[in-house]
Amino acid sequence: MQQANRLRPFFENITFDRDDNELILNFGPQHPSAHGQLRLMLHLQQEQVTKAHPDIGYLHRGMEKMAENMIYNEFMPTTDRMDYIASSANNYGFALAVERLIGLEVPRRAKVIRMMLLETNRLMSHLFWLATTALDIGAMTVFLFAFREREYLMDLIEDYCGARLTHAAIRIGGVPLDLPDNFIGDLRKFLDKLPENIKDYEDLLDSNRIWKMRMENVGVISKEMALSWGCSGIMLRASGVEWDIRKEEPYELYDEVEFNVPVSDKGDNYARYKLYMAEMRESAKILYQVLDMYEGTGPELMAHAPQYISAPKIDIMTQNYSLMQHFVLVTQGMRPPVGEVYVATESPKGELGYYINSQGGAYPYRLKLRAPSFWHTGILTDLLPGHYIPDVVSIIGTTNIVFGEVDR
Amino acid sequence: MRAYTPKDDVQKKPYYTDRYWVAPQVAKSDVSEDAVFAADLEVIKAKFDVLDAYIQVGQMVVVINAADNFGVLELMKNELEYNQLSELSAIDWLAQEGKFEIFYQMLSMSKRKRVRIKCKIDEKESIQSVEKLFRSADWSEREMYDMFGVVINNHPYMKRILMPDDWEGFPLRKTYPLQGDEFAQWYEVDRIFGKEAREIIGPENRDPARIDRYDTERFARLGHEVPRGADISQGEPETPLCYQENEGVFLIQKFDAEKSVVISDRDR
Repeated sequence: MQQANRLRPFFENITFDRDDNELILNFGPQHPSAHGQLRLMLHLQQEQVTKAHPDIGYLHRGMEKMAENMIYNEFMPTTDRMDYIASSANNYGFALAVERLIGLEVPRRAKVIRMMLLETNRLMSHLFWLATTALDIGAMTVFLFAFREREYLMDLIEDYCGARLTHAAIRIGGVPLDLPDNFIGDLRKFLDKLPENIKDYEDLLDSNRIWKMRMENVGVISKEMALSWGCSGIMLRASGVEWDIRKEEPYELYDEVEFNVPVSDKGDNYARYKLYMAEMRESAKILYQVLDMYEGTGPELMAHAPQYISAPKIDIMTQNYSLMQHFVLVTQGMRPPVGEVYVATESPKGELGYYINSQGGAYPYRLKLRAPSFWHTGILTDLLPGHYIPDVVSIIGTTNIVFGEVDR
Repeated sequence: MRAYTPKDDVQKKPYYTDRYWVAPQVAKSDVSEDAVFAADLEVIKAKFDVLDAYIQVGQMVVVINAADNFGVLELMKNELEYNQLSELSAIDWLAQEGKFEIFYQMLSMSKRKRVRIKCKIDEKESIQSVEKLFRSADWSEREMYDMFGVVINNHPYMKRILMPDDWEGFPLRKTYPLQGDEFAQWYEVDRIFGKEAREIIGPENRDPARIDRYDTERFARLGHEVPRGADISQGEPETPLCYQENEGVFLIQKFDAEKSVVISDRDR
């Protein structure tokens, strides 16, 4: 039990007294290029890092504990706050985990809309990554360009669900809304222009001397190291492992669309940058295919499973039994069967996994959020030693960590 | 008399459960149904005790003795090509059987298979670290210790990770309270000045988002500015809006429908 008034002194900086040239630098938790609340304790010999201790937990909100005390649908908006740069990806991972636990099949139109949301989120996330990383390195123009494009995507998402950052736009069993009339046209317009935009960024960065000096052969992660540290997503693919969950364990309609998985064997910052650019092009390719799929789908948006999912609104308003069912599901919550499930999805940051242990109650007995950024922060322990302080900034940039997700 | 609530599980409970309701089960199938899993299980069984094994939602679950955890994971990594430890954590079963359940979620990229290794330990028991096999366990085991108080043997840096170092208690245990201490606001006052000073000093503000609407020292009150430190608890002067046209604030202009443009479609 916690006792708040027991004030114990805690001397963590006692090593300062040692008589050598080692300097301990506290990088963060309020450092602008620490991408959130990362505190890095760097042991330095001159400018070179000899030891690094990432210290996290400044954004810890106890989401796993919250999940154990909420009904399943109630937890959905909380997942938004994990990777708040691409929150639909978090919503989707949770929805999919519960659907697998129940054994639900989602209507095709919902799948198409989910694919659109997931890929627009991936684009948003990658654009945001590019903007902030370029800004850390000093490329202000790229930041402005990338944020402009991201703004259009956020407007699109806003047209769909009314929110720009924390979407909660995916529900267990489907999606809550159909696409607004302008959505497909606007998205197509955006996608038509995207290759031009990506070319703009690449023109600014690819052969930029400063960019290359900060990125090439900096922060090299070997294949063994990436696997051992549980890296996923681009962090893994940049180190020469061809593993994309969308391809290897396809969910939704990823087995019906055609796309490539860009891989590099260099493992440095520059390789990761190139992969982000390539992935944006692949996302656009997927989106084009998904846009064409929308036409041929039926009108259902939510799965039909009265025990778990509320009926459509029109039924709730007209039929007594649907109303009763809805009332029970809202007040008590659904009760998935007893069992456990681990579902991994490819979020823009990497493997986003949800482990759910259900004991047949309205609240999950245990819910573990496997956020990719957690290990991408941990790897800094082994990655940073040997690098110089300016490299620390660019390495943190390309690991693409988001602290909502690291601390949960 | 108030109904007794057990203290070994203070989690929120559903307010109503049908007395005849029987929870359905997620189907478990036999390991022999999947050739890859069956072969893997044979290799594990040859060297270690397997208490239970089944397939659930497409993944094999293998229950082993806690003492074998390092050996089994080593075997999985070196011989069975399970090259990543995606996740590792504990489940609190202290109220039911006084044990923690620990699961290791493994991934084989060459086989495209996921396996969950599970074992149980007593509350005071510790478990061998697998950090030597998978560096990712370094942080996950620290998190497990931080959240559940499961002590890990041979861990290189056994320290809390998410919570502050001087935190007491383990937040993800079912016994951990869901709400804060209502007397906490008096702790520091009592300790430093004594209980008698409560009325003079008042409770400590423990809400970082609290805003005092009459506080003119620390809040800017944009648009309703008053001199700093002025007492406005008895009412405040009206602040009229002054437009630039009326020799008021620069850039705050009156709306002119003639001059404004409506952008209906952005150039995406």
